[in-house]
Amino acid sequence: MSVNANNRVNLSLLNGVIQEYKSVKGSLITILQNAQDIYGYLPHEVIEYIAKETCIPAARVMGVATFYTQFRFQPVGKHLIMLCQGTACHVNGSNKILDAITAELGISDGQTTEDGLFTIKTVACLGCCSLSPVMMINEKTYGRLTTDKAVKIIRDLRGEKK
Amino acid sequence: MRILVGEGSCGIAAGAGKVYDALSEKINSQSLDVKLSVTGCVGMCYLEPIVDIYLDNGELTRLVKVDEKAVDSIIEYIKTDDIEKVKKLIVSDEDKEFLNKQTRIALRHCGVINPEKIDEYIADDGYKALTKVLTSLSPEQVIDEIKKSGLAGRGGAGFPTWFKWDAARKSKGEEKYLICNADEGDPGAFMDRAVIESDPHNLIEGMLIGAYAIGAHEAIVYVRAEYPLAILRLKEAIRQSNERGYLGKNILGTDFSRVMRIKAGAGAFVCGEETALIESLEGQRGMPRLKPPFPAESGYWHKPSNINNVETYANVAWIINNGGEAFASMGTQDSKGTKVFALTGKIKRGGLVEIPMGKTLHDVIFDIGGGIRDGKKFKAVQMGGPSGGCIPAELDDTLIDYKKLGATGAIMGSGGMVVMDDSTCMVNMAKFFLDFTTKESCGKCIHCRIGTKRMMEILDRITKGEGKEGDIELLEELCISIKDGALCGLGQTAPNPVLTTLKYFRDEYEAHIKEKKCPAGECTSLLTYSIDAEKCKGCTLCSKKCPVDAISGAVKSVHIIDIEKCIKCGNCMAVCKFGAVRCS
Repeated sequence: MSVNANNRVNLSLLNGVIQEYKSVKGSLITILQNAQDIYGYLPHEVIEYIAKETCIPAARVMGVATFYTQFRFQPVGKHLIMLCQGTACHVNGSNKILDAITAELGISDGQTTEDGLFTIKTVACLGCCSLSPVMMINEKTYGRLTTDKAVKIIRDLRGEKK
Repeated sequence: MRILVGEGSCGIAAGAGKVYDALSEKINSQSLDVKLSVTGCVGMCYLEPIVDIYLDNGELTRLVKVDEKAVDSIIEYIKTDDIEKVKKLIVSDEDKEFLNKQTRIALRHCGVINPEKIDEYIADDGYKALTKVLTSLSPEQVIDEIKKSGLAGRGGAGFPTWFKWDAARKSKGEEKYLICNADEGDPGAFMDRAVIESDPHNLIEGMLIGAYAIGAHEAIVYVRAEYPLAILRLKEAIRQSNERGYLGKNILGTDFSRVMRIKAGAGAFVCGEETALIESLEGQRGMPRLKPPFPAESGYWHKPSNINNVETYANVAWIINNGGEAFASMGTQDSKGTKVFALTGKIKRGGLVEIPMGKTLHDVIFDIGGGIRDGKKFKAVQMGGPSGGCIPAELDDTLIDYKKLGATGAIMGSGGMVVMDDSTCMVNMAKFFLDFTTKESCGKCIHCRIGTKRMMEILDRITKGEGKEGDIELLEELCISIKDGALCGLGQTAPNPVLTTLKYFRDEYEAHIKEKKCPAGECTSLLTYSIDAEKCKGCTLCSKKCPVDAISGAVKSVHIIDIEKCIKCGNCMAVCKFGAVRCS
């Protein structure tokens, strides 16, 4: 695996988690979840470190991590936009919301804007079906969206920075 | 006086947290004699945030769609007892019917007790069934009571619960596991989340009774990672149960000892399949195992394991308290008790609905749900998520019953019920589900991995106006081979949304393929927006509302849509007061 240009990944932050779960059989997913909580994503160094410390081959750690949608391998933008793709949201027009947001930001699903402000990710049902269509930005839920409401929310967030 | 603020995920998303904080601040600063507390989801999601005010005589005033601005008038009402102050917020008689027409067993405490206080659960017959079981019933007697109740798996398949428990009990081995499948992944379904968020002790009690019946030494709840609040409340409930001696060593002074823990999933729909869930519990990729052996024989760490869904466990304590016969007295010949549904989509009153089996789809959609929003026409209802199918409006007299629903080509499913009106394209609906299963297929077996992908490509082509003769037949052939060849439930049921839409809405497929038209007006590739020069007054509203600046034109002159820029969002059509925007 290539060495990440960013050498500042502090692996010692993981030691507590590894000590706690190292000897508990079947804890790989829990360790990965904790690691993502610490770093915001799973850098390659972290994957390798977990592999070394738990004596699980790095390929298997990577295999498990890539299987689940929760895990990320790239840092995300300041505002993570999670747009719900549940059935109720679909019926109520979530595709149009996605089109409007991606057109506004100039990126497609899963990408991050160049200024590092926004990442857009479509996600499985958020379970707020009665408010559909719904998106969640940094833990805050925005419901009953229309295309112009969604674009306004993005523009407001962008304004915050300036 | 007691005030309850509904804080399920839905309520919080609608702003219940802010309402609670504002009420709390005012009650404290004015030293009012009011007990303010949080409760779970009462199920009237379309009216959130909901504030329930219980007078000392037990009388309830339910306020709906409450926002922070309304808090002052609520405080005035508390102080003056003048109902006029909150009159605008009081739930209407029509909306009351939403709950009055339901029969609540699994949801009996939801929106009634504070899920974070074990004493409120105990005060409402909580842990009574566990006490009865541990002090006066043998494991066989418990299984027998569940058998009498006719309780079947609420996760969707409808397998008799007692049979699974009995098989796990009879399986040889000292180490046995009882697992709760709370990996509620069907898009459009949130019944289990509501139960855990609103009544976590009911789940714990049901699981403990199950653990006693099968002789499991450990109980594990596998919860979706997307449900942080459910995990938080369940953690707290487990802590409180341990503290009070309902969990842990020598429960209630007997020699019955059990531990319970939570495992958070990491986002994989296939982990709702029981053997995939077990793989995931073991820290592996969640890929299903071949059956047999069934988990009852060889499950978690290859030890005998029993897996049930949240709603199944949520019925157990009630059955023990009231007797299996009371449960079995509700429902039909083949389906006993009640079922919870998450009613969503183009419905007027959406939320959680629990009704006895044997009611019709019409009862749920019209009598309880109030029919279709905006006066549109009911077209179909989707049941069972990506494993289920679309039932057309003309079959709305179908009974809620495992066999009757199965006969339509859909399934009972875990409880997702998404209602559609005539603006929903059924081909696009099928594509939506195939897109989902294609992404969620674990890749272990070829039929599912490649078959769903090929189906998705065909559906994508059809919705883009590139469908050709023979596509329908090819889809049907693929459906059959995937159903026959796939390894697990995900693959075997993945063709259901396509099969049911082909069965009931074949004309829509044909219109897309032959006429290159989308009758519902949803498939954007087949639509073109334009402005009628004779009707356009040049009011500029459409150009202001266009999210991509595709409409140009000066004030009081005819506007033009730039087809290249247009994302076909339909905003212009929706805002035009003169009916000048056309779509064809």
